[in-house]
Amino acid sequence: MSTASKSVSVAPASAQLRRAPRKLLNRRALDRFGIALIVPLGLLLAWWIASSQGWLPEQILPSPAYVSSTALEMVTSGEIFYHAGASLQRVVIGFLFGAAAGLTLGMAMGLSRRVDDYVRPLFLAFAQIPTLGWIPLLMLIFGIGEALKIIVIAKGALVPMTINTAAGIRAVPASLVEVGHALRFSRLQTLRLIVLPGAAPSLFTGIRYGLTHSWTALVAVELLASSEGLGYLLVWGRQMFWLDVVIVAMVAVGAIGFLMDKGLDASEILVQRWKQGEDS
Amino acid sequence: MSLAATLQTKRAVKIRRGLTLPVLLLALWEVSSHTGLVDARFLPSLEDVFLTAKRELIDNNLFGELGFSLFRNIAGFFIGSVFGILFATLLALSRLADALITPTFNGLKQISLLAWIPLISIWFGFGEQAKIVFVAIAAFIPVVLNTYEGMRNAPRDLIEVGHALKFTPLQRIMRIFLPSALPSIATGVHLGLIYSWLATVGAEYFLAVGPGVGGLIIAGRERFDMALVMVGVIILGLVGFILNRLAATVESYLLRWRVSAH
Repeated sequence: MSTASKSVSVAPASAQLRRAPRKLLNRRALDRFGIALIVPLGLLLAWWIASSQGWLPEQILPSPAYVSSTALEMVTSGEIFYHAGASLQRVVIGFLFGAAAGLTLGMAMGLSRRVDDYVRPLFLAFAQIPTLGWIPLLMLIFGIGEALKIIVIAKGALVPMTINTAAGIRAVPASLVEVGHALRFSRLQTLRLIVLPGAAPSLFTGIRYGLTHSWTALVAVELLASSEGLGYLLVWGRQMFWLDVVIVAMVAVGAIGFLMDKGLDASEILVQRWKQGEDS
Repeated sequence: MSLAATLQTKRAVKIRRGLTLPVLLLALWEVSSHTGLVDARFLPSLEDVFLTAKRELIDNNLFGELGFSLFRNIAGFFIGSVFGILFATLLALSRLADALITPTFNGLKQISLLAWIPLISIWFGFGEQAKIVFVAIAAFIPVVLNTYEGMRNAPRDLIEVGHALKFTPLQRIMRIFLPSALPSIATGVHLGLIYSWLATVGAEYFLAVGPGVGGLIIAGRERFDMALVMVGVIILGLVGFILNRLAATVESYLLRWRVSAH
């Protein structure tokens, strides 16, 4: 009885939510935001107490006030934007190359068992060598210029994109593909109407991990070889034992990663809504 | 019997196909380095790489150092995975924990792993502890993300059945959430294994460059010794490959019920 009433109430509730007045949604979002702030504020308080009581030396844990004044200085002087911009540009270019290549390769591997048999062992062997392993080798070939960075970042995106695309296409139920056959879909129609929508969640996972890997690869390559960018800021701050600069750079790395993730969330929702709209 | 025979040939075809590209690449490599098509400084011949490998592995006891790297890798991976599954279970099943912690976790995970190294090196030093902490964090993140995702997507009807049968929380976790999240958890653990190997190399690069595979590669680059770098990279790849095969075998064993369901 309760099962039935619950499952009935689910659909109208979600429909209502979509049409609900903006105000209600905003309040709910505000509540969630407030709850989410409790943990970070608690940590900040603990940090403030720890440093004002002198529990830890300044080199190990600078005070929040000191870090925030450094942050403000780096923002007003534009220093942080210069470094973040350099990093961001590298990531975008490298990611686009890597994701496009990964999508192509993953689709080929997912669609054809033969291609998969030929390519997968070699691909996995290459993929198992961490990006960090490639950097010194590529440095010998390409030097430490911009090309090295783009290649390393592209490789970071390529691996998860390929694996997830192939796995997503493989995981599309055979029965659905059979339906396509029964409806006499052409290969292209099967791909567009059945395989790709079925693999969409997996593709998004690939894009998400790809972007994360690109970002990691960027930090790695900038830590090892660069004269600008957030990774450079991290190395420089650590060498000088300026933990405030290190923390500001870390926050910048996190903030950019967070914004990219939010952007992906938004686009995933958009695509799903578009899919639902097409279904009904 | 004939079924076994067809399986045998299918396997043979798969192996033949898998070997084709690597063999072709190696042949191309050997030919081009011997005919001087490519500068030998960039592409040393296979014998060169082989001799360097022999020298490092046998004369310079690279095997022993590799053992240390692996131990660090497995220890960190294990700690990170266990905590990851527990942590994700908490977040997925408790609304309060989810609302409190998930946003902070999502924020912190955005700081890419290597960016933690300067901070970790200042807080934990350059020793074993710092390295294992770093490797554990690397495994923790993908395990949490995938376990959480998997439990959140547990079929609604199953959860309802659990309610109807008045399952205790422990029963709900063991009978509903864990089994239905198992494919995702396996993916997470698999990724965690890959990440933790990456972190092991990263730890060797950035936390005290010294002995170990990572140190070997850095040394090779500084001496412009491509053969040495390649040996290091190949060892990295081999270890990663073995770890990946291991994970894939365990994964397909754990998920064998899925195949039989079709």
